[in-house]
Amino acid sequence: MQLVLEKRAERSNTIALVSPLIAIGLTIVTMTILFAILGKNPLLALHAYFIAPLTDGYSLQEIAVKATPLVMIAIGLSLCYLANAWNIGAEGQFLIGAVAGSWIAVKTQGTDAGAWVLPAMLLVAAAAGAVYALIPAICKVKFGASEILTSLMLVYVADLLLDYLVRGPWRDPNGFNFPTTAEFDPVATVPLLIEGGRLHLGSIIALLVVAAAAILLGRTIKGFEIRVVGAAPRAARFGGFNANQLVILTFAVSGALAGLAGIIEVAGPVGHLQPGISPGYGFTAIIVAFLGRLNPLGILIAGLFLALTFIGGEQAQIAMKIPLDVTKVFQGILLFYVLACDSLILYRFKLVFPNRQVARGAG
Amino acid sequence: MRKSLLALAAGILLAGSVSAASAADKLKVGFIYLGPIGDLGWTYQHELARQALVKEFGDKIETTYLENVPEGPDAERAIEQLVRAGNKLIFTTSFGYMDPTLKVAKKYPNVHFEHATGYKRDKNMSTYSSKWYQGRYIQGLIAAKMSKSGVLGYIGSFPIPEVVSGINATMIAAQSINPNIKVKIIWANTWFDPGKEADAAKALIDQGADVIMQHTDSPAAMQIASERGKLAFGQDSEMIKFGPKTQLTSILDTWAPYYIARVKAELDGTWKSEDTWGGLDSHMFAMAPYTNMPDDVKKIAEDAQAAITAGKLHPFKCPVIGQDGKEIECKGGANLADGQILGMNFYVKGIDDKLPGK
Repeated sequence: MQLVLEKRAERSNTIALVSPLIAIGLTIVTMTILFAILGKNPLLALHAYFIAPLTDGYSLQEIAVKATPLVMIAIGLSLCYLANAWNIGAEGQFLIGAVAGSWIAVKTQGTDAGAWVLPAMLLVAAAAGAVYALIPAICKVKFGASEILTSLMLVYVADLLLDYLVRGPWRDPNGFNFPTTAEFDPVATVPLLIEGGRLHLGSIIALLVVAAAAILLGRTIKGFEIRVVGAAPRAARFGGFNANQLVILTFAVSGALAGLAGIIEVAGPVGHLQPGISPGYGFTAIIVAFLGRLNPLGILIAGLFLALTFIGGEQAQIAMKIPLDVTKVFQGILLFYVLACDSLILYRFKLVFPNRQVARGAG
Repeated sequence: MRKSLLALAAGILLAGSVSAASAADKLKVGFIYLGPIGDLGWTYQHELARQALVKEFGDKIETTYLENVPEGPDAERAIEQLVRAGNKLIFTTSFGYMDPTLKVAKKYPNVHFEHATGYKRDKNMSTYSSKWYQGRYIQGLIAAKMSKSGVLGYIGSFPIPEVVSGINATMIAAQSINPNIKVKIIWANTWFDPGKEADAAKALIDQGADVIMQHTDSPAAMQIASERGKLAFGQDSEMIKFGPKTQLTSILDTWAPYYIARVKAELDGTWKSEDTWGGLDSHMFAMAPYTNMPDDVKKIAEDAQAAITAGKLHPFKCPVIGQDGKEIECKGGANLADGQILGMNFYVKGIDDKLPGK
């Protein structure tokens, strides 16, 4: 008797709905065993991870703050991926957006610049992110260069540019040589939504982006074009859709969104430009995009869920003295199960009974 | 099924209330760590001090730490999480936590904060740091004595005053032994990256350096020096097991006495915001045993250590000559003023390197 994976005749919509639940169930079982081995009460630990952060306003805010850049970047990436364009360099576009927007903040520092500063920063950041993303897109369309490699390599270029600027020309003159700009002026800061909290305007922008993407993909010809080019390139060619144009377009949009996320992070929660403004948002967003099945609403949920595991992980470290490594194992196991269960959408398990006579002959 | 669910819920509630009750009369002390507790360097030394606190105060306190907290947008949240979990005294143990600590401190005036190596303070936010340049001076003496090639290799982290003053103290001491000594500097632009640190050590040795000094946190450079048969100094912690025939000494961050004093003040209700900058005399750091050197060099090191501890020797005794050959203005009487050392932004004469960003 043998257990094999067999391709389904068509994708199972039931499994598509319940597979995340199965994955979470399996994660909980695995983690319960792991917590028990570590000598921690599994119920309390799971409570700290999943329930506690959802029960007070502060943690909910923090989840939203953490999810904001992830969701914004992932929405842009999902457009690329749907159109079969592989932008892996959102991290670089995020950094370039942060740098370009900060340029205005740094140059207007201490002057009586008006309320135009923040909107200008957001626009410049989005434009810079788009232009930066166009480099790999144009290289792909014109020269056939792999956009996966070029977009990824440009991440390091952006990282080093930021590093150079905060150590050199933009360094805070009163900062004892530490690599950071001075704190941005209030007009160059993303406004908070709740007094004394950390929730900021960026979260609203992220929600608008989700809504816009949902409309684009669900209600417009352009959205239809993106999906057709990705799913059936030949059919798209017959339909007169230009795949190259779409590569350019989706890269530009995703670069703009990553750049916007970058400046919102810098002018929001951080408050100044410094190295290490991104703990890998651009890469984590790739996971968010796929966890959310490249669907705007799915991405919103996936982003919030991933943020929950970060916040919950911290609270578990504090409340249960569970080491950070266990949190990482926890996130890894969760992603593993989600992807593993997703394969059941297209495949199913089947028991195969080998021919008895052959079995006897072999034995 | 329903019964077991109820029991489960009750269990969670009970467990929650029990821990809340027993924790009420304990002082909760929180720590934010930059690296993993097993980095064997900077974070490890803070962790040792935390363990010393637990040993010293036992049931009177409860300690919690968050490790691997990046110096970016997540730091503020991590600190605030500790506040919200009831910690009343919080140590944030890296320079990059300065602004986030200050933000949280302003928001929670009844919680006390201790920030390592920064310069911004508030009514409820102290800073603490060590005069590591004193230890660097001793290392400079040893290095100049032990180097056959007359070239020292120095792995810098970031060109901040703490690191620059360390390089200068090393150079001043080394020149007092060998006026022609050279120091080669490589900026690793990281505090902790064993791969980069190892590469830097290799490059320095290839350039002729035979004594390696570092201001980064991992034992990687020590291991490279050991493989190549060179000598090296440890950093932050005892690294002799990575180079039993290589380590000359190491500057050991001994935070325990300070942490114990601050927790005691908090328990007594006498905690005040302060700016602590302690040296060998106040045991903010210590020198690891002087090893792998002849007795006469060991004596020089021990004599210098005794003189610095007694306040008879100051590494930045005036006149201090700048890189351009001009004398640095002496604002502290016989020595450079503390402020000049804390904000040190220049090289002394003889250093063949351009300060990054200058």
